[in-house]
Amino acid sequence: MATHQTSAPANSSHPLISFQNVTKLYGATAALSEVTFECRAGEIRAVLGENGAGKSTLMKLLSGVITPSEGSIYVDGEAVRFKSPAQAKAMGIICMFQELSLVPDLTVRENVLLGAGNLGIPAQSEIDVAKGYLDKIDGSHIQMNRKVSELTLPERQQVEISKALCRNPKLLILDEATSALNASVVAKVFDLIRSLKEQGTGILFISHRFHEVDELADTISVFRNGRHIQTFEKGKLNNNEIIQLMIGQRLTELFPPRPTDHELGNTVLEIENLSWGANIRGVSLKVHEGEILGLGGLDGQGQINVLQALFGLLKEQTGRVSMFGKLIKLANPKAAKSKDIGIAFVPEDRKTEGLVLDLSIQDNIDLARIGRSNDNKKNTEALISNYIEELALKFTSLDQSVHTLSGGNQQKVSLIKWLSLSPRCLLLADPTRGIDVKTKTQIYSLMRKLASEGVAIILLSTDFEELVNLCDQVHIYYEGKVQSVFEGEDITPNNIIAASLNVHDQEIGSA
Amino acid sequence: MLNYMSANKRETIALSFLIVLFLGYIGTHPSGPSTYVLTIWANQSTILALVAMSQFFAVIVRGLDLSVGSIMALTNCVASYLVIGSGFDIVFGSLVVLLVGCLCGLINGLIIVYGRVQPIVATLATGAVFLGVALLARPTPGGEIDYDFADAMTLDVLGIPTALIIIAVIIGPLWMLLRRTGFGLALYAVGSAEQAAFQSGTPVKKIKVAAYVLAGLFAGLAGSYVGFITTTGDAGIGPNYTLNSIAAVVLGGVALRGGVGTLVGAVIGAFILRTISSLMFFSGIPPLAQPFVEGAILATAIAIGSANILRVKNRLEVFGR
Repeated sequence: MATHQTSAPANSSHPLISFQNVTKLYGATAALSEVTFECRAGEIRAVLGENGAGKSTLMKLLSGVITPSEGSIYVDGEAVRFKSPAQAKAMGIICMFQELSLVPDLTVRENVLLGAGNLGIPAQSEIDVAKGYLDKIDGSHIQMNRKVSELTLPERQQVEISKALCRNPKLLILDEATSALNASVVAKVFDLIRSLKEQGTGILFISHRFHEVDELADTISVFRNGRHIQTFEKGKLNNNEIIQLMIGQRLTELFPPRPTDHELGNTVLEIENLSWGANIRGVSLKVHEGEILGLGGLDGQGQINVLQALFGLLKEQTGRVSMFGKLIKLANPKAAKSKDIGIAFVPEDRKTEGLVLDLSIQDNIDLARIGRSNDNKKNTEALISNYIEELALKFTSLDQSVHTLSGGNQQKVSLIKWLSLSPRCLLLADPTRGIDVKTKTQIYSLMRKLASEGVAIILLSTDFEELVNLCDQVHIYYEGKVQSVFEGEDITPNNIIAASLNVHDQEIGSA
Repeated sequence: MLNYMSANKRETIALSFLIVLFLGYIGTHPSGPSTYVLTIWANQSTILALVAMSQFFAVIVRGLDLSVGSIMALTNCVASYLVIGSGFDIVFGSLVVLLVGCLCGLINGLIIVYGRVQPIVATLATGAVFLGVALLARPTPGGEIDYDFADAMTLDVLGIPTALIIIAVIIGPLWMLLRRTGFGLALYAVGSAEQAAFQSGTPVKKIKVAAYVLAGLFAGLAGSYVGFITTTGDAGIGPNYTLNSIAAVVLGGVALRGGVGTLVGAVIGAFILRTISSLMFFSGIPPLAQPFVEGAILATAIAIGSANILRVKNRLEVFGR
């Protein structure tokens, strides 16, 4: 896995930054394993990888937010161990974070000054430099005394970029830093980055947009499952080959076999032309009895908002939603989960949205039934013990508080909670994220069984294997719209990833 | 000017309200407008204003300080021993008093930040301890504070109450500190978005400790000022001020969720609260109705301050606020 030096200045014998066998563990799981990796001065290196590949862990290590469990990081050949972001910044390592590092209640000017890290009286020159960068990237209309909370997302990204650039970075890290900007602004940002490269700045560039990588990078590093897979010069591999590297060896034995005589029933839920601000822009879908419909795409393309809309969590959405052909109104979660409608939503984050961690298993399950007092208690209890058995929930007593359970078992409780309502349409938001393999297979089997019983399932997943192996139909979202629809044989990893990244490559799709 | 007013909408509204209240107070006061009436009003308001400033520093970093009243009591008792004698003694004594305030704040800050204890619990406990020390120092009200010095701090200069001059002298440099230095920015940033501040390289822990030290310092100033008015030490002065300081910062537009609000706002809030009490004293409203009116005003102010929550389009976002 040789790395290629492209245009490093002659005087740099050491790489600007280098990782030697760096491992980062969270409990027993490795977010990054034995990564050896470097970036030289005057190099623009793209870092590519699927969700969970370890890219953001890499960035957090570099920016001093976390420290490695094993291995060492070298800056200019010297071993460093950052205790805080301030130390990383002092060494000239500047990050543009995907989750913006701007303080909403402060003005643009104040945010720039905050980045300077000076507790005394700051120099006006900082502001002038930042303002200069803002002007260069079409941000001249952004007034320095406006509060960041009043700015639009693209404007915030422009501020974030200017704030980082005016620190004179030695190593600049862009983590999806241009995701909300339009093409002409992105082009200007890239011009600036190229001029920094000329001055000898090293640049690490994380992006899901292949054409941006193509345009900007000198070298490309692919990560997968926390490992550094390969680094190569741009142009050496085509998009299809790169995607293949990102996917790697496939594990399909996790998934239950597809039923052979699979017949879909009546339409359960249909939405037509659903819109909500800029996040959902005219989405239509239909899901039948026994069908598993998959929603995929990059983070934040509106998929999660569609599920939220279907569970009555959004205000002022437009469009028509019908259940079994009857128009329904989803005023709030109580209406959505009512017996007449019968939608259940297992949310993304079990710890904050799915469960009340301090309450017992029984109490958590009962929470779903508030407002459903007419349910037959005996039936419900039978249903609950049935699911507990089916999912093999590990517990000592139903009175045990949920926070004493493992993550996988917590997720099982979150599922049982909603299944105890016998929903006709089940919305699942990334139900297996951060969960062990065994629990995953149990959840997959349960989904199959529910489908065979006629439940309509909408599965939002960031794991393309789930979409490929579980779903009858897959919708890929891009910028609030359904970008592509795949059915049957067309549901392949290559198709899903290419559509998510919005790559239009003739070769892809025939794989 | 208009620009400034729209940028500080909350303060502008609060100030207008204060002016109306003040005119009402002066208008209904039986002895009419005079330096004497003005001075009494200013002295009473200034105690609360100093405690409100103290509370402001805790609240701005998304904390709370329930020990401010106790720190006032303790510093007031210490002052009743030390702020007397020669000019040197008075200056030295005053410095010791303020140092005691800072020390109390430092203890709060260290426990909250490095002990990872919630501010409300930590300061509830330390507040009891500080009060205990104050009671040991002065089991019954007593002691003495230099009369001339106390007079100088509580009378007037050319018809302007000294209290108002003190407030103005304090606010000026602090406004610079808060709005024109990196330290001030860091205070707001830590309260508004701790993670973003941390990722921007701000020393979050040190900033928080410093905020509580400043809270202690201002509680110490408030305790001293009570001493200037009463010229004695009394361990029992605290309790009312603790809760009123929270009410004052809220009235002045400081958000309890941290990161929003100004010191001037906190001061205006304190003056409003004190003026309402004085107004009711002379306006014929039965004293028993006073908590009701104060509460109603506070509730209205909070409701106006959080009205923008109605504009949230994703119900889940309401819970993040």
